[in-house]
Amino acid sequence: MVGLTLDQLKILLTGHSIYWLFIILMMTGFYIVVSRGNLIKKIIGLNLFQTSVFLFYISIGKVSGGTAPILPMKLKVDDFSVYSNPLPHVLILTAIVVGVATTALGLSLIIRIKEAYNSIEEHDLLEEDRSQFSNENNEDRKFGGFF
Amino acid sequence: MANPDVTFVAKSFMEHLPVYQVLVPFVSAPLCVLFGNRQFAWYLTFLACFISFIVSILLLNQVAEFGTISYALGGWPPPIGIEYRIDFLNAFLLVLVSGMALLTSVYLKGTIDLEVERSNQTLFLTCLLLCVSGLLGVLITGDAFNLFVFLEISSLSTYVLVAQGANKDRRALTASFDYLIMGTIGATFFVIGLGFLYAATGTLNMYDIAGRIQGDLPDRTIQVAFAFILVGLGLKGALFPLHTWLPKAYSFSPTPAAIFLASTATKVAIYAIVRFLFSVFFSHPTMLETVLVNVVMPLGILAMFVAGGIAFYQRDLKRMLAFSSVSQIGYILVGVSFMSSKGLTAAIIHLFNHGITKGLLFMCAGVIFLRYKASFYKEMSGLGRIMPWTSAAFLIGGLSLIGIPGTAGFISKWILVQAALEQGSWLIALAILLSSLIAVLYVWQVTEIMYFGDSSKKGFEISVGPFSYITIWILAVATIFFGLSTSFTLEYSSEAARVLLNEFSLTD
Repeated sequence: MVGLTLDQLKILLTGHSIYWLFIILMMTGFYIVVSRGNLIKKIIGLNLFQTSVFLFYISIGKVSGGTAPILPMKLKVDDFSVYSNPLPHVLILTAIVVGVATTALGLSLIIRIKEAYNSIEEHDLLEEDRSQFSNENNEDRKFGGFF
Repeated sequence: MANPDVTFVAKSFMEHLPVYQVLVPFVSAPLCVLFGNRQFAWYLTFLACFISFIVSILLLNQVAEFGTISYALGGWPPPIGIEYRIDFLNAFLLVLVSGMALLTSVYLKGTIDLEVERSNQTLFLTCLLLCVSGLLGVLITGDAFNLFVFLEISSLSTYVLVAQGANKDRRALTASFDYLIMGTIGATFFVIGLGFLYAATGTLNMYDIAGRIQGDLPDRTIQVAFAFILVGLGLKGALFPLHTWLPKAYSFSPTPAAIFLASTATKVAIYAIVRFLFSVFFSHPTMLETVLVNVVMPLGILAMFVAGGIAFYQRDLKRMLAFSSVSQIGYILVGVSFMSSKGLTAAIIHLFNHGITKGLLFMCAGVIFLRYKASFYKEMSGLGRIMPWTSAAFLIGGLSLIGIPGTAGFISKWILVQAALEQGSWLIALAILLSSLIAVLYVWQVTEIMYFGDSSKKGFEISVGPFSYITIWILAVATIFFGLSTSFTLEYSSEAARVLLNEFSLTD
């Protein structure tokens, strides 16, 4: 608001629209991770968070007026044609693999948690641990059946 | 009679040492799964860790002899290809990580049967090897995106290692899940930062980035990149107050995992922070100084006191050690934030000394945990008479944690106090001494119970193999050795600090 003319505001909103989209998506994902108690929802939020970064990378690889960075083998290559930068795409392929591995690991952990606690709500998990271990710091604990 | 083939092999082996450092554990990991036999898997793990330890020592010698090594992966010269770049700093830490991996692999021979189900042991070792190769990769690489990939290799395998504690305590599962969420957020922040750096410079080689961001004032993109990278790596390195995953992850994971993580994982993340600070962003000293003095140093001092205080209130040995780790990370960060040669030397030497000290303490805690099926203080009453040798080793580690002269911990704190005085900051020197008093309190608490409590509880008869006790004493002797003879650690860490600050001071 302070010292911002209408033109500057226009540039801020439209000229950087891809960044706005990236930030909105990223914050949505981040908010889900922080605010939801359901572990599956947390993983979904995490995925959204990561995906926004992938989109950000892809967007910085774009060269305006550039075409797909594929060199035709037999066709005549126009030396003056502009190509988009393929490197961010390659990086993101790697990052997607990392993301898939993380999601798979997270989901399999959720399965184990479900088996062990019979719930995947963070609140329930905390409650159960608290009731079970509330006295572990001051009283003797019975180990039977637990180990 | 010299066989020409043999010399050729030896020569090419020496030339390709940087890649063997990562490749040996990395290739051994799938081999473990392929053969599936847990005995074979252990021998392979031991062999792989042993070879990488030898390689890291050879690399350190090469660096000491010829200076910084640049290795072009696949023959593609940097900055196009991925570069492995080894200077004193990462050569020194490679020795720490591969050495701790070797000791952990020996230690777990004695305890793995008691902690991990037989059917899971092969996979456990596989994950340990992957974690080792990931951490070694983070240390050795000179390519920023490659660093992210290695960081995630090590983190993903760490989550699995932590979750293996579930057959003792199901809270290992939630600990692992929390770590996964926090770790992934950290890694993603790091990638965002890298994206901004790439957008600003068009390169991913760290030393190439450093050359391209030089200028009078860092523009907004560089500042944002710096902030994201610092927070992302700070999450991985348990920078206070981003440490919340650490105590749970360390206290519920199986002992071999806890030993290896406590002595190396956070250290490697802090290495990455130091690397980015002084090898990438060094050309903007005012930006670094603002962040280090106003953010990192206060948080470091806060970590020393708050985490130390929390450690004092713990009644569980493993949790106490975990919180003490957070507070020790504070010392390292304070050393880094001085931005002086002495401060960095203190930080680097503390990375090493605290690595071996915490490794020793967790090894002892592991044996105690197995004997009592828990690591609460009240269970351990009179332990000094029941397990005199392990208690003695624990005491040595505890003394090193406090920083008593004659132990490794003393050396690093001594240099850190010197660095603080060199800066004229009496208050920080005082804070370091005062927070050491907190360490005295929480170590004394355990000592008192161990040596002056009545030994009514004998614990369970367990058969921990001799291997575990051997490694405990190797580390105990090392803790004292590096406290008395500083020629190895001090020489290499001051050399590492000099190389790091070399570029830095040129731009001043």
